[in-house]
Amino acid sequence: MASTADVSGLTQLNSPSEQNSDDARGYYTLGEKIADTKAPKGLIAERWTKHKMDNRLVNPANRRKMSVIIVGTGLAGGAAAATLGEAGYHVKSFCYQDSPRRAHSIAAQGGINAAKNYKEDGDSTYRLFYDTVKGGDYRARESNVYRLAEVSANIIDQCVAQGVPFARDYGGLLDNRSFGGVQVSRTFYARGQTGQQLLIGAYQAMERQVAAGTVEEFKRHEMLELIVVDGRARGIIARDLVTGEIETHMADAVVLASGGYGNVFFLSTNAMGSNVTASWRAHRKGAYMANPCYTQIHPTCIPVSGDHQSKLTLMSESLRNDGRIWVPKNREDCTKDPRDIPEEDRDYYLERIYPSFGNLVPRDIASRQAKNVCDEGRGVGPMVGDFRRGVYLDFADAIKRLGEDAVREKYDNLFDMYARITGENPYETPMRIYPAVHYVMGGLWVDYDLQSNIPGLFVAGEANFSDHGANRLGASALMQGLADGYFVLPNTIREYLADAPFPAVDETDAAVVEARESVEQRINTFLSINGTRSVDSYHKELGNIMWEYCGMERTEEGLRKAIDQIRELRADFWSNLKVLGTNDSLNQSLEKAGRVADFLELGELMCIDALNRRESCGGHFRAESQTEDGEALRHDDEFSYVAAWEFGGDGGQPVLHKEDLIYTAIEMKQRSYK
Amino acid sequence: MRLTLKIWRQANATADGSLKTYELDGVSEDMSFLEMLDVLNEKLNTEGEDPVAFDHDCREGICGMCSLMINGEAHGPEVTTTCQLHMRSFNDGDTITIEPWRAGAFPIVKDLIVDRSAFDRIIASGGFISANTGSAPEANSVPAPRDKAMRAFNVATCIGCGACVAACPNGSASLFLGAKITHLGELPQGQPERWDRVVSMVGQHDAEGFGGCTNIGECAGACPKEIPLDVISQLNKDLRTALKHGH
Ligand SMILES: Cc1cc2nc3c(=O)[nH]c(=O)nc-3n(C[C@H](O)[C@H](O)[C@H](O)COP(=O)(O)OP(=O)(O)OC[C@H]3O[C@@H](n4cnc5c(N)ncnc54)[C@H](O)[C@@H]3O)c2cc1C
Ligand code: SF4
Ligand code: FES
Repeated sequence: MASTADVSGLTQLNSPSEQNSDDARGYYTLGEKIADTKAPKGLIAERWTKHKMDNRLVNPANRRKMSVIIVGTGLAGGAAAATLGEAGYHVKSFCYQDSPRRAHSIAAQGGINAAKNYKEDGDSTYRLFYDTVKGGDYRARESNVYRLAEVSANIIDQCVAQGVPFARDYGGLLDNRSFGGVQVSRTFYARGQTGQQLLIGAYQAMERQVAAGTVEEFKRHEMLELIVVDGRARGIIARDLVTGEIETHMADAVVLASGGYGNVFFLSTNAMGSNVTASWRAHRKGAYMANPCYTQIHPTCIPVSGDHQSKLTLMSESLRNDGRIWVPKNREDCTKDPRDIPEEDRDYYLERIYPSFGNLVPRDIASRQAKNVCDEGRGVGPMVGDFRRGVYLDFADAIKRLGEDAVREKYDNLFDMYARITGENPYETPMRIYPAVHYVMGGLWVDYDLQSNIPGLFVAGEANFSDHGANRLGASALMQGLADGYFVLPNTIREYLADAPFPAVDETDAAVVEARESVEQRINTFLSINGTRSVDSYHKELGNIMWEYCGMERTEEGLRKAIDQIRELRADFWSNLKVLGTNDSLNQSLEKAGRVADFLELGELMCIDALNRRESCGGHFRAESQTEDGEALRHDDEFSYVAAWEFGGDGGQPVLHKEDLIYTAIEMKQRSYK
Repeated sequence: MRLTLKIWRQANATADGSLKTYELDGVSEDMSFLEMLDVLNEKLNTEGEDPVAFDHDCREGICGMCSLMINGEAHGPEVTTTCQLHMRSFNDGDTITIEPWRAGAFPIVKDLIVDRSAFDRIIASGGFISANTGSAPEANSVPAPRDKAMRAFNVATCIGCGACVAACPNGSASLFLGAKITHLGELPQGQPERWDRVVSMVGQHDAEGFGGCTNIGECAGACPKEIPLDVISQLNKDLRTALKHGH
């Protein structure tokens, strides 16, 4: 077996082949390869069991003396807090909302995957592993993905035991549905509110630990800095969002479960407060950011309706089980009532191009094809710029086949939401949908133990990069969040904590003082620039740049342009921002200013990463790298690596560390869903 | 359309508050209610006045963060959350009064934001099923009758927004509480702790200063998730049974 260790330790500075295709030359420097991912060796199916055995234990009596900070109360953070609390550690849990139950995971709609094979349709741990690696376009670390598939079944058991009311069949057993990119039914669901039900389960388990005294909650608190002492993550600086107080919190380990950064695009399906600040602050303190350009653009969202738009709303992928996607064959028909367009004048383009997966192709493919048909002038709905940006998702056939009641039972809340937002009734007329930013596969780099390259800093859930490669399959983020929180992290962090408790750190320690002062200084700067532009106006402009040049299709020229524009915008931000109010009270503009400041740095790194990766893979489509019929074309010889970026200092260049991806249990192929 | 907005402004928990009037033009009917407030806030920022603080996050009707009293109705005139309310529900020239939730157990934090942490404490007092991670039996080993599972799901859709409390003349959280009692009580997994749970949660509810239920029904009318009033009957029934058996 070839392990990552075989290729480690070689510093390959600008080898000729790398230089030839290096679009990002001049924007970064190349660092050492990543030597060790801590992924165990041996048969893939045995690695996790063995690793759990090898990781040291912490005596129950000692756990009480150890504290763990967990930033985030979504599926990953909530599950981890509950589990570590049950184990007896002292957990300090942070979220920016007024209650842990409101973390963005609550909004997940469609479902959660697990290899239970209840349908006897040929599912297995290996098949879920295979589908996930293939769906991710062979850009994920295989050991991590296999482990994810392996623990998936335990997640369902755990959630059912907590009282999560999954959909059931008439015999009282659990029901399943299908999601994109797979040919089995392995998705467990609770109508269109699966995330809500799973999160409430985790939240309740966590509140139980609050009552038991092992978990301490810090709500309406935002982490603004990481504290690193003697090379270890030892705490955070957080702002109490109600009083404005800047607080120092110390611990033996820090877990970031702070979610994804899709809001760098301003318009996305993420919650308004979703941000990159926790991750970005850690990045600036040395943690590598991996594959930041891997963004998932979800094919089925409600299209933009005007300039006032503050966010986009997802229509769950599960709708593609029963809805058929089409646009008119002829441009002249695009403004007609869709119900008046006869069958022969409709182009069910996904069914036409991908006969074996049809409407259930993976998200990246469905999104790009929607863009293509709209670029051809066959989109529907209002004009956005020069084109109509919408395609139909039609339930007429499903309603005919199953009856309106059956459709209602499955999707009622989604149809309602659609009607409320658009003012149109989807039971009568097809929905209009268009792709929107939804999820990021990129995130902080972690090893097999979910530990970043800063000892003691662990990263879980969407905030890490680990399991989805270049594209995530539907219903797999909930799986990953809960896998990380309930089953993986608690079994890996103990190896680190076996050496704890670490020496107490005084608040006068130089590292603590530096972290605190930098936070205070930043806040004072925001409040004293006293320019003319609001935070939102910067955020919107950044979003436009990102969507235009680092969205569904990316080119060398566009990315270069984006980098220039972002740099200019960032300079303007720091000289012309206007934030009213004070620091010592609840100040939502001030909160946003900090988040947008970090997005303005992240956006540039995303573009550099996208520029460097001159190949198309999953959600990353470089126009320069496509097959004759316009499908994504990977270059495994050059880009079969994780791009882990080290912060290069303000004004400096980021440093690229490559982690080679080596597959032993699966063969790399060009994806085909035809 | 053009609107007159009367908005509750209050600097912090202890300051006095009052309604302040703003004129807002150029509102489109496709905007959500909160996008309308975004437009107002951009305008205030330009004019040098502190933007209006209000809670929101998902803007999809699911996180339960948004919480406005609109013309005296919790979440406004439609059966939905504030964030899913759209301006097509209003007319050009309307005057709209916007206030925070009003309830003794939800103190005001600033402007339209209140403190609902009492809800978390009610859940911590027993709103869970004790199942340590890793201890769960195989999921399909205990079938749950479909109708009961459906009822559990229907009431588990509560988003913890607190509109029921804001709408109730007694400031009672009985609908919220009844929804949780019913969710967990309908499932086989929820049985072992059923009676202790109800006693403990009702105790916490009362200790937080929420009022008692006198069957007025305003809560169910205001609930964006249409949690039915009968969860309160279930709550009372469970409580009676529990007390009878000495829990
Ligand atoms: C509309 C929608 C539908 C989806 N549907 C599905 C689906 O059907 N199936 C699926 O598998 N996936 C789905 N996803 C993806 C999935 O929901 C997310 O990837 C996942 O829930 C992320 O969970 P998390 O625990 O990593 O983070 P989140 O749930 O995003 O939690 C982040 C937490 O971090 C906290 N936080 C963030 N920054 C800070 C800070 N600086 N300081 C303090 N606290 C902070 C927040 O308060 C929050 O508690 C969907 C996503 C969206 C947007
Ligand atoms: S019962 Fe309804 S109104 Fe009350 S908190 Fe739950 S969702 Fe909100
Ligand atoms: S903002 Fe989440 S429910 Fe309204």
